Amino acid sequence: MSRYFTDEHEWIDVEGEIATVGITDYAQEQLGDIVFVELPAEGSNFEKGDDAAVVESVKAASDVYAPISGEVIETNSALEDEPALVNSDAEEDGWFFKLRIADASELEGLMNEAAYKKFVDSL
Amino acid sequence: MSGNDDITHIEEELPLRELPLDAWHRAKGARMVGFAGYQMPIQYEGIMAEHSWTREHAGLFDVSHMGQLLFSGEGVDEALERLLPSDIKGLKPFRQRYSMLLDEEGGILDDLMVSRLGGDAFDGAAIYMVVNGATKYDDIGWMIEHLPDEVVMNHMDEQALLALQGPEAGEALASLIPQTADLLFMQSGLFNWRGVDLWISRSGYTGEDGFEISVPAEDVRLLADALCDLPQVKPIGLGARDSLRLEAGLPLYGHDLTPAVSTIGADLGFAIQKRRREEGGFIGHGRVMKELADGPGSKRVGLKIEGRLPAREGAPIYAGGAQVGEVTSGGFAPTVGAPIAMGWVSLPHSALDTALEIEVRGKRIAATVAPMPFVPHRYRRKA
Repeated sequence: MSRYFTDEHEWIDVEGEIATVGITDYAQEQLGDIVFVELPAEGSNFEKGDDAAVVESVKAASDVYAPISGEVIETNSALEDEPALVNSDAEEDGWFFKLRIADASELEGLMNEAAYKKFVDSL
Repeated sequence: MSGNDDITHIEEELPLRELPLDAWHRAKGARMVGFAGYQMPIQYEGIMAEHSWTREHAGLFDVSHMGQLLFSGEGVDEALERLLPSDIKGLKPFRQRYSMLLDEEGGILDDLMVSRLGGDAFDGAAIYMVVNGATKYDDIGWMIEHLPDEVVMNHMDEQALLALQGPEAGEALASLIPQTADLLFMQSGLFNWRGVDLWISRSGYTGEDGFEISVPAEDVRLLADALCDLPQVKPIGLGARDSLRLEAGLPLYGHDLTPAVSTIGADLGFAIQKRRREEGGFIGHGRVMKELADGPGSKRVGLKIEGRLPAREGAPIYAGGAQVGEVTSGGFAPTVGAPIAMGWVSLPHSALDTALEIEVRGKRIAATVAPMPFVPHRYRRKA
C-alpha cells in the first residue's frame, strides 16, 4: 500500500484500484474542532478537483476536493455519529471516502510522506 | 481544502495592528488571525475546550481592539442623548447601560456600552463608552460630526480592555481585588491593584457572570498574568467568544446588526427607556416610534436547527417556497450540543415555534424559531 498527499492537505492510501481519502493531521489541526462532515453519496463520480465533501468546524465550513478522479464506493459512516474522529485520528479512523480509481496516472504528481512533511514545514 | 466562510473575516487590505498583549498571546500558544484591524487570538487549545471552560470556570478575553471613549464638558448628557436612544440623564454614577448609535433612518451604526463615571476615574471625565473595534473610527467620526464643541471626546488608544467571564469569575477577581465582590450586573467601580487604576464593570458578552476591566496598556500584561495564574482562569480566544455570545442570544455587530436593520426589529427596544420613547430628541427616533406602533418589517430571531449540519451567516431562510429571511450568525453550539443560529425573518414568520427551513449547500434543513438565550444567562443581580 502506498500513501500519497496533496497540497490541499488530503492523504490517499492506494491499494490496487481502490483509494481511501482523508484529510491530514495538519489539516484537522488547522480546522479545529470538527462538528460535522458531509460525505458524498456512494456511487457518485468525481473528476479530480471536484468538491467531494465538506468539513464543518466550530468556526467555518471547508471544502474537501476529490484528489483524483473516480467513483465513490464507500463512505465512513462512523463520522456521522462522531465527526470528532477527524480530530482524534485524521490519518486512520477519520478517513472520508473510498474511490475506485479512474486514472492511476493522476497519482504521479502527488507527494509522498517526506515531501508532504517538507511542504507543511514550509507553510 | 479551502475555507469558504470564516467568522473572523480575515482582512488583508490594511496592515494589521498588534494588541498590547500580542507577544503574551503568542507565548500562550494562540493562533492569531486578522479581526477588526488587529492580529487577535482566535484560539489557544481549541474552541470547544475554551467554550466549556468559560461556562464552567472563568475565561480571560483580550478585547483591547474595542474602542474606549471618554466624554466630558458642559451639556454632555444632553449631547449624548441626541446621539443615543437611551436614558443618559438618569444614568447614575458607576452604572452602565447597553445602547447604540442610530443613523437618521434609525439604522444601527453600532451597539455599545455607556457608563457614568464617578470619583476620580479617568481624571474626572463624565461618561465612559465602549464601542466595537471594527466600527470605532466610524463611530468617532460620526460623533465628532454630531457633538457640540463644548463636549470633549477622548479616544483612549493606550488603554487595554480585558473581559473575565464565567461562573468562577467573581471568586477569581475577588482573590486579587476583594472589593469587586460587591459589584452587581451593570455596576462599575474604580479599583486600585498594585498601584494601577482599574475601571471594572460587572458585565460581558458571554451570558455568564463576569467583568470587563479597563487597564492602561503598559500594565495589562501584569494583570493578565496575575489572572491566568489563578486556578479558575484560562485565556480564551475569539472563536469561543463568538460561540458563547451566540448561545447567550447576544447580537454581533456587522453580522446580526447593521445599518440596514432597526432597534425594534432587533428586539433591542429595552435599550430605549420610556422617557426617551415619549420625548424623542435622538437621531433615528422616527423609525423607532413607527415600528413600536406598526411593528417592524422583520425581526431578529433565534433558530433551533434539526440535525447536526450547521447553518451559517448568509444562508437563506424559507417558509415553503418563499424566502422569508437570512441567517446572520450560526454555528455549532458547544453547550447546547447542536447547531443554532440567529437570523432575520419577516414579521409574519417570526413568532416562537414557527417551522422554517434553511438552505445549506442546496439542501433544506428544518429549523424552528426558538427563544433566546439558548443557554440561560447567569448574571449576578440583586438577590
